[in-house]
Amino acid sequence: MANANDILKRLNEVFRDVFDDDDIVVTPKTTADDIEDWDSIEHITLIGAVEDEFGMKFKMGEVSGMNNVGDMLKIIMARGK
Amino acid sequence: MKELEYPFDSSFIMKKKKALRRLLEEQEPAPAVTKRVAVLGGSTTADIVRVLELFLRNFGIAAKFYECEYNMFRQEALFPSQELSDFKPEIVWLHTGLRNLTFKPSPDMSAEQIADGLDAEVAGYVQMWESLHEKFGCAVVQNNFELPSSRLMGNNSGADPRGLVNFVGRLNLRLADEINAHSGVYLCDVNYLSAVCGLDEWSDPQYWYMYKYALNTRFIPDLCFEAAKVIKAVCGRNKKVLALDLDNTMWGGIVGDDGVENLAIGQETAEAMAFYQWQEYVKSLKNIGVLLTVCSKNEEENAIAGLEHPEGAVKPADFTLIKANWEPKSENLVNTAKELDLLSESIVLADDNPAEREIVRACGFSAPDIGEVWDYIRVIDRSGFFETVSLSADDLKRTEMYAENAKRKQAQSKFADYNDYLLSLEMNAEIAPFKPVYVERLAQLAGKSNQFNLTTKRFTESDMTHFMESQGYVTLYGKLADKFGDNGVVSEIIGRVDGREVHIELWLMSCRVLKRGMEYAMLDELVKAAKNVGADRLVGYYLPTAKNKMVEKFYGELGFTLTETHDDGATVWALSLDEHKESKNKAINVKRED
Repeated sequence: MANANDILKRLNEVFRDVFDDDDIVVTPKTTADDIEDWDSIEHITLIGAVEDEFGMKFKMGEVSGMNNVGDMLKIIMARGK
Repeated sequence: MKELEYPFDSSFIMKKKKALRRLLEEQEPAPAVTKRVAVLGGSTTADIVRVLELFLRNFGIAAKFYECEYNMFRQEALFPSQELSDFKPEIVWLHTGLRNLTFKPSPDMSAEQIADGLDAEVAGYVQMWESLHEKFGCAVVQNNFELPSSRLMGNNSGADPRGLVNFVGRLNLRLADEINAHSGVYLCDVNYLSAVCGLDEWSDPQYWYMYKYALNTRFIPDLCFEAAKVIKAVCGRNKKVLALDLDNTMWGGIVGDDGVENLAIGQETAEAMAFYQWQEYVKSLKNIGVLLTVCSKNEEENAIAGLEHPEGAVKPADFTLIKANWEPKSENLVNTAKELDLLSESIVLADDNPAEREIVRACGFSAPDIGEVWDYIRVIDRSGFFETVSLSADDLKRTEMYAENAKRKQAQSKFADYNDYLLSLEMNAEIAPFKPVYVERLAQLAGKSNQFNLTTKRFTESDMTHFMESQGYVTLYGKLADKFGDNGVVSEIIGRVDGREVHIELWLMSCRVLKRGMEYAMLDELVKAAKNVGADRLVGYYLPTAKNKMVEKFYGELGFTLTETHDDGATVWALSLDEHKESKNKAINVKRED
């Protein structure tokens, strides 16, 4: 599996696509509060797009348990492609 | 926009829907129509509404949406909230499915109990449609039911009436019967679509547990595309013509180089069979009223020879027009549109050559990426260019009618005086108030007529029934037949009676009968009908659109006086009934009903 930096780069692209905002820069500390349009509806879109990007699926508990991008990153590092 | 045309990438659409929405506004032509669409769901609909918006916009429909609270579809349909009432939906999509069943069979039930449950389930939907129809006169798009992902009795669940698979199958058939029996209700075939997408993936229950979505969210674009196809067809935005390239599109090989005898078409090889099946599919499109034309870079005699191939399914006579020459295809398609009196946006080109497709797309025609020969049928079929929401008798005769029109154009060249020509057509019109038997056709015509249409108001079947039955309206339909054939219902007028005035809310005519004097015959009857309701003045409106410039001065030509001009180009005209003395109709023999 690639390192955290590469994953973060790819994640950043996904965020930019989903929120249609090329200025977004995510860090492991980024939370939904930091991105204006990141609400519960967009969260579903985001999860789907991240799953497609990394060829993996989040488990039900993980989807609701993620507190920030760092949590997402950890799961991707363990199971993503 | 190619990203929203079949075959599309669902994940891409889900991910980029914000950007797509922005790009549609920036790049695509202004929408032709606006519709108020209410999505009443039995599960989460948030992203469904947003993706549906994209597909509709790509079909030229700017939609305004109302979305009900979670799972409130039944309450909203039966007892609409104030918000829904204020919204006045023109189209309601009942997005329901297996999760919303109120009754499920079980092995301990009697056959009678299950039959009663089935009746009640169906009745619940019928009740919602009738309520919506009565309150809003809107069209209803109704999902049917996907099959269950588990089968308590295994394979026998499909055979035993107590099995859920068996029950859902029967429920879907019963629902279909009711949809057929209710005008203005249309099926969104979720049962078919979920099979296409794969039931296990489609029904992945995590999306229900986590978000209360009835389907895997990755299929939201597939679902919305189906609903959008039905809605755009209801709005009269179907394509009308399939233009076909020949070499390597209709047969394998190049007829000019390889010779007719060496073309791959027929039953002898795998490739030949694939082309044959496609030709059969193309030919069957005629049965739903699609016009077929040829658009091919070929010598015409070679093209004809290929189409006459004894092993082929189509024959030259299946094509309304054959353009086989060396001119650019875009030019040939423009001419095809002109000769058939159609807009260029009503033509789809099937062509194996990506470069040709690219060029004609840039000129406003549709030209899907049809893939390889074994993909052709699926791509054309699933694209829904010719989605048939109601098949009228006129649809079945359309190829004939257009062929007759081509003959009329030839006849025209033999006459020096245009009126001589009109007289030679031996035209007979039937003009009378709306009748139930024509309501479907009248709504269809109102949905799709763009050019000779003074106000471009789109009325549904239920609207038409309302006008027909109401004392407050004067309605007229016009049928026109001539020695070459019957054109069917080609014109309609809806006038709102207001004291001593009749306000012409709708006046349209099919472009098949342009320049025949039918509008004069319609005016004569309108004047009579207006006098009959005690009016002494007609008020006509011209509302400009991108397509109806041809009738900008129509009322002026009929002798109306201009009374108002608005900034947006809309004009208002009036005619005192006693000013209309001499009929301008010189060539049509009118049969009245009185």
